[in-house]
Amino acid sequence: MVNGIIGRKVGMTQVFEEDGKSIPVTVIEAGPCPIVQVKTQERDGYQAVQLGFGARKENKFNSPERGHFAKVDIPPTRVLREFRVKSLDEVSVGDTVDAGLFSEGELVDVTGTSKGHGFTGVVKRYGFKGGRKSHGGEQDLRRTGSIGASATPSRVFKGKRMPGRYGAKRHTVQNLQVIQADAERNLLVVKGAIPGPPNGILLIKKAVKASKGDNTES
Amino acid sequence: MNLIESVESQYMKSDFPEFGPGDIVRVNTRIREGQKERIQAYEGTVIRRAHGGTRATFTVRRVAFGTGSERTFPLHSPNIESISVVRYGAVRRAKLYYLRDRTGRAARVKERRI
Repeated sequence: MVNGIIGRKVGMTQVFEEDGKSIPVTVIEAGPCPIVQVKTQERDGYQAVQLGFGARKENKFNSPERGHFAKVDIPPTRVLREFRVKSLDEVSVGDTVDAGLFSEGELVDVTGTSKGHGFTGVVKRYGFKGGRKSHGGEQDLRRTGSIGASATPSRVFKGKRMPGRYGAKRHTVQNLQVIQADAERNLLVVKGAIPGPPNGILLIKKAVKASKGDNTES
Repeated sequence: MNLIESVESQYMKSDFPEFGPGDIVRVNTRIREGQKERIQAYEGTVIRRAHGGTRATFTVRRVAFGTGSERTFPLHSPNIESISVVRYGAVRRAKLYYLRDRTGRAARVKERRI
């Protein structure tokens, strides 16, 4: 069984629980994802399925890409991602994975690429406090402060948090509750925020850390 | 219809009357006290309607015993049992924040007859 699906972040909104509590949710367009290739232990050294997602103009594909899809007779997709699988029993090329994979109440992990912030200072990037605005500290408003001691060790430790590129990195948010899953509309609604901008490509998998109780509850 | 709208439409109510700023409304809200549930009414002038979709809210202002109070309700919340319009008001603005600075006769809103 495939345990994940590719999706596109649509945006956020809020919905109400029965007791009137409003909860923030993210709407995801998930699937349908055709299985384009199956990787086997014998041939590839590991077991996985390659899923496709999203349409794109035919003439935008180069010929190796066209060949890859033509071989299995599947309309070419914009995105290809692999998902490791434990057993290859129930998967075959041409099958489609859709949002029906998930059920309401289930916990999922969502992976995406966070928004890029460019070259950022330490206040925004790491939440440093910066300096004070008054009492003569005006010139140190957003500075990092000390980056270490002097003669010992005579160097800056590796990993010291400093200004630099912030965001545009792969991030995973774990254990988000599925509020709604509808295969017909390719719709997946999860509780909470997920990384990246609207239209960002997401990988949605069954939660790694969920106990059995969590995922059979619904 | 895009996906967000189609999700929101499942949670939106349509069983409330048309109302807007200047109208005097009576809002019946569900209040839970321990196990018991009862209905509490709040009556006053609508001074704003804000946001769209499931996030829509409206704010009701009333002056009780000389003290002004305002409450903002989520329009589509299940805790709002019903809304009724007591009187329609004729106003020329969408947000009636000017009422906060007025008291007594000056804080009245002209009635709109239909």
